[in-house]
Formats: sequence, structure tokens, C-alpha cells
Amino acid sequence: MRKLLYAAAFLAMACGGGDKGAAGGGEAAGGAAASGPMGSGSITGTVSFTGTAPANPVIDMSEEKACADKYQGQPTDPVVVVANGGLANTFVYVKSGLPAGATYSAPATAVVLDQQGCLYTPRVLGAMAGQNIEIKNSDPLLHNIKAVPTVNRGFNISQPQAGMTSTRSFSQPEVMIPLECSVHGWMHASVAVMSHPFFAVSAGNGTFTISGLPAGTYEVEAWHEKLGTKTMSVTVAEGAAAAADFSFGS
Amino acid sequence: MSARIAFLLAAAGSVALAPVLAGQETAPRGKAVYDKWCAGCHGDTGDGMGEAADYMLPRPRDFTRALYQIRTTASGELPTDRDIRRMVDDGMPGTAMPGWKTRLSEQERDDVVAYLKTFSRFFEGGAAPAMVDFGKAPSGSAEGLAEGEATYRKLECFKCHGDAGRGDGTSAPTMTDDWDQPIRPADLTENWHFNGGGSVEEIYRRLRTGLDGTPMPSYSDALASNIVTDEQLWRVAQYVRSLSPERTPQVREVIRAERVEAALPAGPGDSAWVAVERFYVPLVGQIIVKPRWFAPAVDGVWVQAVHDGERLAIRLSWSDPSVSPDPAWQEWLERLGQAMTDADGPPAAAQGPDRITVQFPLALPEGLERPYFLGGDVKLPVYQWRWTSMPDTVLEGTATGLGRFVALAGAPAVTHSARFDRGQWQVQLTRALAAPEGALGFVTGRAIPMAFSAAEGSSGEDEFRGSVSAWYAIYLDVPTPRRAFVLPIIATLLTAGAGVTIVVRAQRGRQAAPHQPEGHS
Repeated sequence: MRKLLYAAAFLAMACGGGDKGAAGGGEAAGGAAASGPMGSGSITGTVSFTGTAPANPVIDMSEEKACADKYQGQPTDPVVVVANGGLANTFVYVKSGLPAGATYSAPATAVVLDQQGCLYTPRVLGAMAGQNIEIKNSDPLLHNIKAVPTVNRGFNISQPQAGMTSTRSFSQPEVMIPLECSVHGWMHASVAVMSHPFFAVSAGNGTFTISGLPAGTYEVEAWHEKLGTKTMSVTVAEGAAAAADFSFGS
Repeated sequence: MSARIAFLLAAAGSVALAPVLAGQETAPRGKAVYDKWCAGCHGDTGDGMGEAADYMLPRPRDFTRALYQIRTTASGELPTDRDIRRMVDDGMPGTAMPGWKTRLSEQERDDVVAYLKTFSRFFEGGAAPAMVDFGKAPSGSAEGLAEGEATYRKLECFKCHGDAGRGDGTSAPTMTDDWDQPIRPADLTENWHFNGGGSVEEIYRRLRTGLDGTPMPSYSDALASNIVTDEQLWRVAQYVRSLSPERTPQVREVIRAERVEAALPAGPGDSAWVAVERFYVPLVGQIIVKPRWFAPAVDGVWVQAVHDGERLAIRLSWSDPSVSPDPAWQEWLERLGQAMTDADGPPAAAQGPDRITVQFPLALPEGLERPYFLGGDVKLPVYQWRWTSMPDTVLEGTATGLGRFVALAGAPAVTHSARFDRGQWQVQLTRALAAPEGALGFVTGRAIPMAFSAAEGSSGEDEFRGSVSAWYAIYLDVPTPRRAFVLPIIATLLTAGAGVTIVVRAQRGRQAAPHQPEGHS
């Protein structure tokens, strides 16, 4: 079917304005699909880490003084960030349970990914399929931003100067797409591409909230780049906040 | 709806659907070609895991992800059919991938392109990707080159490719491709090894499209953001081109040692070497004696030689990304060890020194017979100069095979001086022409067999795992100018005369055979 839609869209373009209706016939091809059901329920909780957090690797930034100067002492790669038992940078999302056939349109606002002090900020982010991701270089030096997806097509863009931004998007849902810098081998970020807006990244203290959910029972997954994934079933009632606490350990 | 589509399909006719339909016919034919010629490396399912894959670095392409380095399309976009055809036609010069232009017919190459595309779902859909508009190169100039160099610095190309472009940038030891295999930034002083071609236009295209699947990014966004102008990008391409010789070096069997009246150069950095002719000797991995090595780091060495009637001085220079051992390259060595797990096992876990060895027969051969090129044998030993970077020393001795080296007694007659300059080793070896005890004496006016081997210590290379050359020869000029001038002229005349005779005879032969069809000769 998708093949057919592509063919139709292509032909419509090839044949000029008069046949635009052919491309609009499919729900995805026009890009103006109706947004799926929203509600007033939410899932809120804390991602915690028990035990002793593993030491994060030390980064040798001596070749990049402009970056190294931003840190007091030796910078480390913030792989596992724990504060008062809360685990940051965990991607929490509704994995399944949304009404069959529900489709959600991407917001017009872009998600921002910054390169600052030769690290990515944020380190973990979510975007909807088709939503713009604005990639910014705040460092006065060369970064390249390379996406290595398997479902989507990737890219590898050079950003040789501070202030440069590039905008890209991914068309298909995919958890996760690694982002990396080849110039600075330690730089890693992860972007999740979602088909719906029900996702969050745990804050510095491990808390997260996913709001706007219709009532229902959902499979919710918490993903961490080093610690793996945890899933649980969460039932959300209209207008209420359902609790979902995840726990990772060493 | 379906009637409408059918109508549109008919209306648009063969133009839009031709590639799809063509693929349906040609792909099965392409499978036969692929299975016979390509699957050995690229695997039956196109995943790049053919039987020979473990012996190669870079690995054969995995077609399932549809990541192609050399494209005319933007970063992350699919290649055009023509892009894939080009890679099949010309091969990838920096890798084990040969060009197939001479072995496969045009039809077969088209068929195999259609078949390659069936390995990846990304090609489903059929719409042709858009080509980048590359424009035209501004004409070159000295100012242009200076701007190109300045832009090379501004864009920080040196981070990977190095200050002098030899692939020795500070990020070089950390590089991996999209399959987590170690990968080296291109040595920009060897444009004949560039995967997508070594011309200014081709280099510019790589800057615009990047090389997908590798760390090399696209600079199209930087161009669109006005961080670099199109002219500046072209200047970078011209500058990069200028780092390689104007012409791809031709391999010449005989290396000439010019006789000089002045003093011999004092060391490899002596400006006297600038005027001395350079000879390029390609090196290949040592894949005969176990442990064999299929990922050699040193792929060629430049050789220069002069003598003053008393002493011979040879200058060797070759690209090498580090002064080994170098802690910055330890992780690289570990990754390389994980990648090269072929039958003979991974390279050493510890880094050794960088090495270069110059080898001669122990005695001048009477006839054409030369010692075995890999370090000689018991019957015909070789005489070697073996330089190492750590300690910075040269050993002089004889060998009867790889690993069977015996140093000469006493102090070496050969002296050396080595320097490392921005990704290049330069080593001068100097010795009296007269033979030391138990070694070869150099005579003028005759071709003396000479061979080379090299090892890059940071890549775990050693005496066995390294790169080697075949036999070449060094010819020390004779100080008798008259004959030297006259003989070549006579030789030229004789050759020209013979050539004319052959052509005339061939033409007569053709006239005598009028039924021979045209255009099949």
C-alpha cells in the first residue's frame, strides 16, 4: 500500500497541479492527518537507582581547550546520573495500549539538541515522527552530528562554527537512534522517535510526567542507555494521575 | 481511487515506472552475476559477511542498510542507480573492491545494481533520490590554494585528516564506521586511493555529500548556513588535491641514485633532497608467511637516492599516523584486534615500534635469479638494513627468511637519521659503497636488486604483520657522461624504428585480409 501511495504522490507531482487530489487521498501522504485521541489522564512517577552508581568514564578533553575550560577538573561522561536516588536521562514512554489506528500529528515546534562543552544537551530526547529536531552547536569548534538509525535514514552533518544550527527530522518511529560526534568520540546522545506524544525524559531527580492520556491500560517502558529497559502495565483513569515508579539497580 | 491511479499510471507512462519494472526483470539476472562475482565478499544475503570478509578492512559493504559512501545525493539519502554503477565500474580504490568495468558487461553491471537494491527495504518505493547541484569549480590559482588551506583550517579538517593531510589528526585513533569497525581518515596526500576519485570535482562532491557510513560529514549545511562559501569549499577541494602529486605516481622498477658532486645530504630534512627525484614503491600486506596480515597500514614508500662515488644515501618517506608506540592509539589497536580475527589471529596486543627495512641480495646475482623476496632463504640470503622508531636505531645484517635475521658483527656500516613530520616518517640511510665485512658492496652502472618492508607499530604490526614490496632495483649513476647521453638516443631510435616496422607490417596484414570485420580488433 505504501508503495502505491508513493507512486501516486510521485505521479501527482509529475503530472502537475491538476492532479493534486490523488496525493491527498491517502491519510499520511497529505501530512494533514487528524490528531488522535487525547485525554486528561497522566502517568507520573520517579525513576530510581538503588545501590552504588557506576563511576562515569573520565573524558580526556585536552585536545579541545575551549571545551575543557568549561569544567572544573577532569570532565566525565554523564552516562549514569543519580541524585538522591533519582535516575536522570531515562526515556519513559507508552509502548502500547493506545486505541488501534490512532495517529497523532507532530507539533510544529522543534525539539532542540545542543552541543555544549563537547557534550550533548539533553543527552536523551524524544521527538515525534516528522517533528523537527534543531541541532545547535554552542562550541567554538568543529562538531559533526551523525545519526545512526536502523529504521530511518541517518545523516552526518558538519557544524564547524559556534551558533550554527541544522534541522532534521525522522519519518518513522524508532527507539532509540544513537547520535554521535566522530571528532569527539566520547559524545553520545539518544533520540527516540515516537508515533504519539506520550513520552517523557526523567529529570535530574528522576521524576517524570506523561500527560494528556486518554483513559486506558498501557504498557509503559523506561529506557536507559546503560541500564537497559523496564516495563510495567499502568491503568490510567480520565482526569487522574496514575503512579508508575521504575527502579534500576547496580 | 484505484481507477484514478490506474489512469495516472497509464498517463505518466513508462517514464515513472520504468525503473520499477526494469528492476523486476533485471534483478533476477543480476542475482546470477552477484552470486558468481560478489557474494564471496558481500555475502549471499548482501549483509557484507561473505567468506572473505574477515580478511578485509574496511569490510565489504553491507547492502542491507543502503548506506553508500560515494553518492551524488545529500547525506543520508539513497544513492542514484548511476552512483551505484560507478562504484561497481570503478571500484573503491582505498579498499579491496576492484572495478568491474573490464570483467562484466554493461548489461551485467546494470543488472547487478538492480539486484543490490533488492537487499534493502529502503529502495522500496522507487522514487529516484534528488541529485545535489554541484555547480562548477572556479579556476585554480595560488591565492585560491592559500584560501583553500585557510578554509581547511577554519573547517578543522585537520582534526581527522591531520595538519599536512596525512590522516593523522588527533581524532584519527578514535574513528569507527557505522558497523563499529575501525576506519582511518583518508591520507589526503594519496589521491589515487580516494574511494570516490581524486579529482577536484570528486573531492568537492565528497565535501558536499559526506561519505555515508563513515565519520566524514557533509558540509552542505555549513554552506547553507553561510559558514563557508561555495567558492571556499571549492578551494578546499583544490587545496586537498594539491596535497597529492600532480600525476598518480607510476611504478618504476629502477630507482636511480644520481651521482652528486656536492656533499651528500646530512639528514632526511636536508633541503638538498628537494631536488632529488622521488620514486614511489607500493607496499602490500604480507599474506604469504604466517602470521599473515590483511590490514596493512603502510601502502607505499617514497624512495630517493644519491651517491658521491664514495657513499650512497637513501631517503625513505612514508605516511604513518603516529610515532609508535603511542598511548593515544592503544584503543585503536584493541579495536583493530577485534576486527582482524582471521585465521592467523589478531595482531599483538602491545604496540611495537614503527619499522622500515631495506633489503638487497647478499651477493650480486650473476643472472636474473634473485633471493626470495620475503627475507631470502638459505640458498640465497639477503642483506638488510632494519630501522625501528623505538629505539631509534638501525640494525645491519643478513637474513634467510622472515624472522631469520642475524646482525653483522661489529658496528653497523650503515648510519641513519630519522625524523617524524606531521604524519610522515623520513629516514635517511647512508653507507659507504665499499662492502663491509660479510655484506654487499655497491657498484655503479648496474641494477642492484632492492626491496622494502614496513610496519606501523600502533597498529600492532611487526616483522611478519606488515607490508612488503616486490623486488625493485637501484641503479647508481656512472660518472661517464658521454655514453650516458648517447646510448639512450640510440635506444630511442632503435625502438622507434622497430615500432614503425611493426605498424607498417600490421597495416599490410590487415589489407591482405579484407574479410576481417571492422571494430572487433
